[in-house]
Amino acid sequence: MELTDAACVSKARAGDSDAFRVLVERHGRSLFRLAFRMTGNEQDAEDVVQESFLRAYRQLAKFDERASFGTWLYRIAANCSLDLMRARRRRSEHQAPAPEAGAPVEDPVLALPSGAPSPERLALSAEVRERVAEAMEDLSATERTAFVLRHFEGMCIEEVSRVLECQPGAAKHSVFRAVQKLRRALEPVVSAAQ
Amino acid sequence: MTHLSEEELILHYYGEQGNSLTAERHLEECEECRMLYGSLQRVLNVVDSLPVPERAADYGAAVWQRIASRLPARRWRWNLYGPWRWAAAAAAFASLLVVAFLAGRFYPPPQHQPAPLTAAVDPQAGERVLLVAVGDYLERSQMVLIELANANPKGTLDISSEQERAENLVSENRLYRQTAAHTGDGAVAGVLDELERALLDITHVPARISPEELERLRQRLESEGILFKVRVVGSNVRQQTEPAPTVRQRL
Repeated sequence: MELTDAACVSKARAGDSDAFRVLVERHGRSLFRLAFRMTGNEQDAEDVVQESFLRAYRQLAKFDERASFGTWLYRIAANCSLDLMRARRRRSEHQAPAPEAGAPVEDPVLALPSGAPSPERLALSAEVRERVAEAMEDLSATERTAFVLRHFEGMCIEEVSRVLECQPGAAKHSVFRAVQKLRRALEPVVSAAQ
Repeated sequence: MTHLSEEELILHYYGEQGNSLTAERHLEECEECRMLYGSLQRVLNVVDSLPVPERAADYGAAVWQRIASRLPARRWRWNLYGPWRWAAAAAAFASLLVVAFLAGRFYPPPQHQPAPLTAAVDPQAGERVLLVAVGDYLERSQMVLIELANANPKGTLDISSEQERAENLVSENRLYRQTAAHTGDGAVAGVLDELERALLDITHVPARISPEELERLRQRLESEGILFKVRVVGSNVRQQTEPAPTVRQRL
């Protein structure tokens, strides 16, 4: 009989590391997807996955069995990703010089000829992917987390607010701001494709 | 005509708007909002096209390989050595406490009391030790209850190991309950009494239990709310035994 998450957690809390292994094997891939969408980088996502499981193991005693283990784990992963993104942003603020004002920005997507390919083909093109990745990168850590959890993971605003440890209103505004920024950045791409 | 705001359109897209029907009707009637909504949908569809590198089915196993050696040792080791050893140790410890309590109660006090020492032994230390033992006991009882509450068998389920643990817990329970009653902690004694009956219920069903019998057992346990009561008492006990945190940790 396959053990439920709750049963595995109980056993793991009692020191049964095999039970925790089952949880890692069960949730590893979905956690990677979340981490990748949060960080936008494969290596960072790998680090987040490992760190999340280690944190989860250390904090098993705090887990409330009435809650879903998956959601709890996502919360840990989202926070690991937030920490990593904030640290990365702090580092880049110190290191990378800001682009000169008025300097031309290469924009391959905007430079597409009017007779561009169909939206489907365009959506798959490397340029569009790059542009989407850039737009995601421009979101603040909180906006990105809120957006990823709402848009890709399908969490409701209430759940997003629990992950972000803020009021639902604040979580909602983070989602709004993220969508507005993405829309402003990607609208030309979509329009050019039509 | 009042148009839908961008925020309302976003909420509508995610199905989070209170009055979705009103928004739907407005979109049918208003071309301007319909265009905006269409643009929003297209942008978010493009975002969906962002690929995520695939991981093989055994990715979780690979992650485990990488982290297994970094996992800290857990505090509860009894499972590694078999529950009976821990149970025997706990029972012996509880017996000692009962004997110490009774001896203190009935042994005649000395005629001449020595002068009180300034650095006397902390009178609450014994109580704290007992609380730690009760806390661990409740935790282990809770695990048995949770495992049965969460079991989801398709056919007959073998619960002999849970029954064995329940049996050990019953014999420990009496000692803790008596000690709690002697020390005047009626609330803990009451919950331990109910827990003992629940554990006896578990030991009295067949070791190979059918899904229907398991459901009946679960309903009995749920109707008594024993898991909740054990959690509450366990949480109170933990709070009394844990030192105040000095560093605030996230999550």
